[in-house]
This record gives sequence, structure tokens and C-alpha cells, in this order.
Amino acid sequence: MNLLLEQLLNGLQFGVMLFLLAAGLTLVFGIMGLINLAHGSLYMIGAYAAAYVGVRTGSFLLAILAGLAAAAATGVAVEMIVLRRLYRRDHLHQVLATFGLILFFNEGMSILFGRQPLFANVPATLAGALTLPGGLRYPVYRLVIMATGAGVAGFLYLLIQHTRIGMLVRAGATHRDMVRALGVNVPLLYTAVFGLGALLAGLAGSMAGPLLSVQIGMGEQILILTFVVIVIGGIGSVRGAVIGALLVGLVDTMVRAFLPGLLRGIMSNASADSVGGGFSSISVYLLMAIVLLWRPRGLFPAHG
Amino acid sequence: MFRLAVTASAVALMALPAMAADPVKIGMVTTLSGPGGYIGEDARDGFKLAIQEEGGNLGGAPVQVLVEDDGLKPGNGKQSAERFLTNDKVKIMTGIIFSNVAEAVVPDVLEAGAFYLSLNAAPSNFSGKGCNKNYFVVSWQNDTLHEAVGANANRLGFKRMFAMAPNYQAGKDAIAGFKRVFKGEVVGEIYNSLDQTDFAAELAQIRAAKPDALYQFEPGGLGITFLKQFAQAGLKDTIPMAVAFPSVDQRILGAVGDAALGLHVSYHWNTDFDNPASKAFVADFEKTYSRVPTTYASQGYDTARLLASALKAVGGDVGKTDAFRAALRKADFVSVRGAFKFGQNQHPIEDWYAGDVVKGADGKPMVKTVAKILTDHVDAYAKDCHL
Repeated sequence: MNLLLEQLLNGLQFGVMLFLLAAGLTLVFGIMGLINLAHGSLYMIGAYAAAYVGVRTGSFLLAILAGLAAAAATGVAVEMIVLRRLYRRDHLHQVLATFGLILFFNEGMSILFGRQPLFANVPATLAGALTLPGGLRYPVYRLVIMATGAGVAGFLYLLIQHTRIGMLVRAGATHRDMVRALGVNVPLLYTAVFGLGALLAGLAGSMAGPLLSVQIGMGEQILILTFVVIVIGGIGSVRGAVIGALLVGLVDTMVRAFLPGLLRGIMSNASADSVGGGFSSISVYLLMAIVLLWRPRGLFPAHG
Repeated sequence: MFRLAVTASAVALMALPAMAADPVKIGMVTTLSGPGGYIGEDARDGFKLAIQEEGGNLGGAPVQVLVEDDGLKPGNGKQSAERFLTNDKVKIMTGIIFSNVAEAVVPDVLEAGAFYLSLNAAPSNFSGKGCNKNYFVVSWQNDTLHEAVGANANRLGFKRMFAMAPNYQAGKDAIAGFKRVFKGEVVGEIYNSLDQTDFAAELAQIRAAKPDALYQFEPGGLGITFLKQFAQAGLKDTIPMAVAFPSVDQRILGAVGDAALGLHVSYHWNTDFDNPASKAFVADFEKTYSRVPTTYASQGYDTARLLASALKAVGGDVGKTDAFRAALRKADFVSVRGAFKFGQNQHPIEDWYAGDVVKGADGKPMVKTVAKILTDHVDAYAKDCHL
């Protein structure tokens, strides 16, 4: 029972990390029509900045702030220097340019920080484990990540549903040309949206640092799953990103955790492990295929 | 008059032994980028250190090392090797770190009539029936790494162990090798994906299985992440861990810090080996590169020294293929591991040691050798190789 609860929490926590990345990606894709493969690089930059500052100063708060600042600043700079020229171009050009950015940032980071992964520590106050009802001990830091994710989801809901900026964002997602025709400063809106996406990626990166290893290419590992999330959730929809991320996080974790055990009942240990291992790596893609068969535009399509 | 003098001296220079103008080319395909990039970097630097110590020569013959990054992609490795073999007419190749790259590249090298000296990867399909007279391995046979962990677990008296490795060939070989020697019961096995970053689900399963100890083979970046999360989950103090050195090499140790304390490691070389060759190597490496050498670096260094001994025997002429091969087989060099000899499949017959991760004098964690666990260990495939 405790094992099931622990795995559920693990799945939720993974889902929250995916959500922080997917929120930015889905907004950029949905509103600006831009495929940004370099979104993972912003996550990596956030992680590196946070790990670097965290190790130097010993302050977790400063580390998070550094991660946010570095990712947002890089995001805004990239939008103004590179991506702005690509909005009217074909998706293929965007893919090529942002893939180039991945190579650029990966190489840049290995020049700045070397190829050796950085090590960030969980802050001492959050390092312990909390005893949950039922006697399960769960790391505090992972609970904090979940709480942060919930906070960000609430903030985005308020921002998008109840503010003027949010209104423009929603309008931009569904009626891009009309928004432009009404005289809204679209370039500024785009920069702001992209900056917000970068900020969230930076937040995910700086929180991931103490859990995962901060290394070159860490963004690409998670980027593919992030794309799966936004496709499942419906491109351009933040609500879809929340649901999609939690679904993907839970399915990935639960299948990984329990499938080999279930298969062991019907086949030998070794083949159960290899079949289970193989199946768990495709489970999220299977989920995506099923969702798309049922709802070809994702669960919550933004473009009506 | 001046021009004449210049021409004359140029001619005189050309008349020097042809060897001097024509260095032996060595093709090195290795992994320099990505999370595993530091491994190739260290192997390369260890190899080059041996050349630097001889002032640009190996065994008295001038050498030129051509290095290319395979990026851990077999296709890239194949292309680089082809370039070396056809354009540069390279006769000696080395450098590959990962077995999946080796499996793609090594057959091409051997088919072209060149020699391959492996400084790391040693997959089983080239160690038994598939062995080759021009294929030498200085590091180990892949399985022996994990057989040593099994021996170490027996020594430590673990009865019920949990095994975990990435879901690819080397991971499966790892668990198979471990089981071959481990006498107790394996209570659970997990094959995680190769690009996994969060092990929370696996850690929960390990906690639930309550084993005496955990055996894991998570090399490079995987190992760093795993060790950190293992400590964060509070398992470090309840479940001991026995691993082969790739899961906790000197770089990983630097990255995870205290989270590695108490680990039981097995290896064939460590920085604290008490022999003159090893001491000189560590001192020289630290002086040249300002960092602690990994075991991979020692393998690169030994490979270059082996090559030096063979080049010396043939006077730098790799064209004398049979003599060169015979000289390689003799392994007439002083290894940093101490004794070194090849078995009938031209893989090393070597000793394995166990060590624990403890706090060093400088407060940083280090591996301290505590016992020799296998002596003159021969891999399980050698008997199938008939050269």
C-alpha cells in the first residue's frame, strides 16, 4: 500500500516537472506558432546557473533566482536575436534554427563549465524526509517541488483567465491575425510570452539540479517527453499541459514500477524484466497514440 | 651561395632516417561529448601522457595520434574509422569506450588488416569464438568487471542482493556476469532505461525488497544521479552497495561527494596502488592535467605503453605485421596494475581488488583498497577462442 502511494507521489512529482517545461512550450507553440526545440536548453541553462550559484554562495534562494534570471534573460535574448526572424517562416526552418541553438548552447555550456556534470545539493532545511499519514517517509524536497508546481499552475490560471495580458494571450492563441489587426503590440507580447516560458523552464531546471545531475544534454532528455505532454494536452492549452503532464508522469512511473512485477506472474523473471523494461519506455507514446485516436487535437485543444 | 647552403642542409635533413619524417599514425575513435564525454577525455589524456613522457615517441618511434569523437553513436564511430583507414592509411586503432560503438567499428578495422588495441570496451562477442589475432584488449573482458563485484559481495557476506542495470547489452551482460560469481540469492532485478534521470520509482522498489545489499551498474551520468538520489531517499544508511568502478569512478566521486561514502567498489587499478609505475603515472598525470586520473586514464596509459613495447621490438616499422603482433602478445611493459599478461584470447589475465569509499586526508571521499579478491582471473570466454 505504501509502495503504491510512494509511486503515485513519484509520478505526480515527475508530472509537475514536466508541466513546468510544457507550460512554456505549449504557449510558445500555440500562440506564436513556433516550434522551439531549444526549450530544453533553457532548462539546462537554468539548472547550470542555479547549481553554479548554489555551490558558490550556499544559498538555495539565490540559486533559484540565478536560475530564473539566467533562463529568462537567455530566452528573451534568443527571441529578439534569432526567433523573431522565424515566425513567418516554415516550421522546418524553425526546427533547423532551434536545433542549431541546442548545439550552440550545449557547446557553450561545455566551454563554460566543462564536460563534467555539476553537483547541486538539496538545501539543508529541505533535505529530510516527512512522515506521511500511513507511515510512509517521503523526501521533503520532492514535496516542495509538487507544491511549487501547484502554485505555478494556479498563478498561470489567474494570469491567463483573469488579467488583460492573459486575455491577449488567449486571443493570440485562437485569433492571431485579429489581435494584430486590433493594434496590439504583438512583438512585445511574443517576447513576454517567450520570456515567461523561459522563466518556467529555468524554474524547472533550477529545481531539478539537486535531484538529477546537471549535465550537457540534460534538456534534450526531457524535451521529447515534454512534446508528448503538449500533444496529449492540446497545443496552446495550459490546462491541457497540466493534465497531460500529470498523465504522462503517472503512466511512466506506474508502468515502470509495477509492470515487471505483474509480468513475473506469467513469465520467467529475466524475460519479465526485459519485456517490462521495454514496454515502460514506450508506454507514454502508446498513451499519446490512444489519446490522439480518441481526440486528434489533444485533450483540450486551444484552437477551437 | 646562401641558397646552396639551405638546399644542402635540407638534403642532409632528408637523409636522416626515414622514420623521423614519417611518424606512426594511430587512429583514436573515442567518446568526447555527452555525459560520458569525460571518459574518452581521460582515456585520451592517459594515452597522450605516455607519448609526452617519451618526447613525442612511443618505443623510440615518433607517433602521431589522430583523435575523433564518436559522440557515443556507432554510426559516427564507423565513419571516423573509415576515414582513418582509407585516407590516413592508419594501421593501429584504439580509443573506443562504449561496447555498442566497438561492435560497429572493430570488424571494419580488422577487415582492413589493421590492429585494434582496446583501452576500454570488450564485448563478449569478440572475446570467445569471435576473437581475432589483430585484436588486443588492455582493459578487461566486460563480464569480468561484474564477476569481480560478485566476488566482492561473497567476501562481504551478502546473501540477498538486488541487481540493477540499464536496459542495453552491456547492462544485461553486467547482471549475468555478477550472477555467475555471486553465491547468494538475487531477490530482484531492474533494467532501467539508458536515458533515465529520475530513479524514484526504482528506489521505492529497492526499499520494498529489503535486500542485504544492492548491486548496480549505472555508468557515467546515470551513476551520479543514482547515487545522489539513493542518498536523498535515505537508503544509503540502510542498504549497502557493491559496485564495479564505472559506477563510481574518480570523477563521479568528485561530483557526488559524501553521498558515495561507504560504497564497496571493485577494480583492477586505483590511484592508491603501491607500485613505482602507478605512483609515477599518478604524479605525472596530476602535474600535466591538474586533476586526479580515473581508471580509464590508466587504461589509456597502459595501452600506449603496450604499443610502445611492440613498436620498439619492430623498430617502429608496423609493416612487419607478424613480428609486431608477436611483440604485442608478449606484453613486455610495466603496467600500472603491476603484473600484466594476455590470455589466449588476447584479453588480460589480471587481479581484481576491492576497496571502500572513505574520507581522505583532504576531507574528500576517495577509494581505499582493502583486499585482493580475484587472482589471475581469466574471463569465461577465453576457452572458446582458438588463435
